[in-house]
Amino acid sequence: MPASTSPDHRLVAARARPPLPLLVPGLLALGFLVLPLLGLALRAPWRRLPDLLTSAQVLDALRLSLMCALLATLLSLLLGVPLAWLLARTDFPGRRIVRALVTVPLVLPPVVGGVALLMLLGRRGVVGQYLDAWFGLSLPFTTAAVVLAEAFVAMPFLVIAVEGALQATDSRYETAAATLGASRWMVFWRVTLPMAAPGVVAGSVLCFARALGEFGATITFAGSFPGVTRTMPIEVYLRLQSDPDTAIVLSLLLLAVSVLVLAMLRDRWTRSGLT
Amino acid sequence: MTAGLTARMRVRRGGFDLDLDVAVAPHQVVALLGPNGAGKSTALQALAGLVPLTDGAVAVGDRRFEDTAGRLRVPAERRGVGMVFQDYLLFPHLTARDNVAFGLRARGVARRTAHAKADAWLERVGLIAYARSRPGALSGGQAQRVALARALVVEPDLLLLDEPLAALDAGTRIEVRAELRHHLADFAGCTVLVTHDPLDAMVLADRIVVVEHGRAVQSGAPSEVARSPRTDYVARLVGLNLLRGKAKGHGVALECGGSFVTRDTVDGSAFVAFSPTAVALHRSRPDGSARNVWHGRVVGLEQHADTVRVQVDGPPPVLADVTTAAVAELDLTPGAPVWVAVKATEVSCYPA
Repeated sequence: MPASTSPDHRLVAARARPPLPLLVPGLLALGFLVLPLLGLALRAPWRRLPDLLTSAQVLDALRLSLMCALLATLLSLLLGVPLAWLLARTDFPGRRIVRALVTVPLVLPPVVGGVALLMLLGRRGVVGQYLDAWFGLSLPFTTAAVVLAEAFVAMPFLVIAVEGALQATDSRYETAAATLGASRWMVFWRVTLPMAAPGVVAGSVLCFARALGEFGATITFAGSFPGVTRTMPIEVYLRLQSDPDTAIVLSLLLLAVSVLVLAMLRDRWTRSGLT
Repeated sequence: MTAGLTARMRVRRGGFDLDLDVAVAPHQVVALLGPNGAGKSTALQALAGLVPLTDGAVAVGDRRFEDTAGRLRVPAERRGVGMVFQDYLLFPHLTARDNVAFGLRARGVARRTAHAKADAWLERVGLIAYARSRPGALSGGQAQRVALARALVVEPDLLLLDEPLAALDAGTRIEVRAELRHHLADFAGCTVLVTHDPLDAMVLADRIVVVEHGRAVQSGAPSEVARSPRTDYVARLVGLNLLRGKAKGHGVALECGGSFVTRDTVDGSAFVAFSPTAVALHRSRPDGSARNVWHGRVVGLEQHADTVRVQVDGPPPVLADVTTAAVAELDLTPGAPVWVAVKATEVSCYPA
């Protein structure tokens, strides 16, 4: 029975001791990734935790952060899903260049993104000067600026995840829907989007997580005004000098959210794998 | 009911060239029968509006779908045709009911009415118990029935079936084929069926168009096509020996050499057809009444259900069906010399 021999071979290979030049750096890498988080937990002021967690500043930062990350995710969904659809389902000249442009914010240092947003939407920015002159609208250093900065950095995660999901769904279902009389919009809404739903959810979660942790673009474009633009990562950075305990508590909170996001993604992926 | 389908289709894509005229009367089923890659599916997609015509026109009654001369092209979603795909393409995220109701909802029918009509159709195909099931929970035969219901619920003028039975196993196939025939009999519109299975075409269609290399090579009633094949492909499908030649009276001078006596009288270019069961094999020259006798060599043997199909080279080359016992008696092995006899009364001849 050849079927039973190969798992045996694999078992033997797995039991054999891995070579030291691989084992030692591997364990070091693991420690390097996990130990700092452990340090965070060890240094946490557990006894004062309830008080700190419910303090006004922490709650303000938490509320602002959640709201901005949520709005940034919504904005990304509203604009990013159609962009992903255009990339996956239509053929236009320069599509490859557009796809490359979409991924730029992924590799761009966020602080550069913040500067770029200022150059475009700042009071003397390319577009911002007219917003100011015609509507009296000034975006920088407002909560709206936080949302824009976060969306700028996080939207590519969503676009790429959704585009991948769209590429993976069989477009012949859309053909079938067309023969049944569905308009292109109805095909998208009733067939394409539901079939790509696991990818859209995964993309949204990634996008939300990235928006929640956003620091560089936010502080550059939106500044740091308590209750208006001072999100949790900025609060953590500022508190670290004056009030390390609060900084640690906020960090733990962000860590908890990250773990939650990971758990949600895993759940989504295993479930989407079943259909 | 509206008048029938008239289509003059010319599609050129890459190296492929489809040039096919199809006319279907209301209540009629026309089968496009042909090997894989013959262009049948492309023709069906052109009718549905999924592939643009390079040249030609498609109309159902006075509704013009496409006319390259008038630069008219109605998109697929506004043609209102019903289409059943080979692998059904039921929407996996919708229940059977929502799948069937989809076309009605697309036409703006209220949800309640659409669901009621969908349920009526599910009842008709015997699947009302599965109304809330997702396609993933349906068997192949059940999915096929839901796909048919989904296509017919909108009462289309034109129904397109793309290899509707190809994905089913042999047992289910017989059953679903009989049901499909029953539903097609009730359907008032025109039906175009694409298949590579001659049995599907024979059972379901009123008329068969044989398509090879993007061209119609033969068309006619199923019995006519089965009796008088005009290409080697069709002859193989319907299981007949087919030879070509020049006929004069009962005699035919074969293209491949040799001559044949047939029961029909034809003058000019002609086809000669006879069943492999009409071919007798002998070890020595037979002295019976058979008018067509020649010497050949066994090229191959193939076991069928209870007979053996023997391939004999010629001229003319033929297939003969003999019993397993005869194979042993005659000691038929590849390379063995053999005498072939066919009675003239078993051989039909018709003009090419």
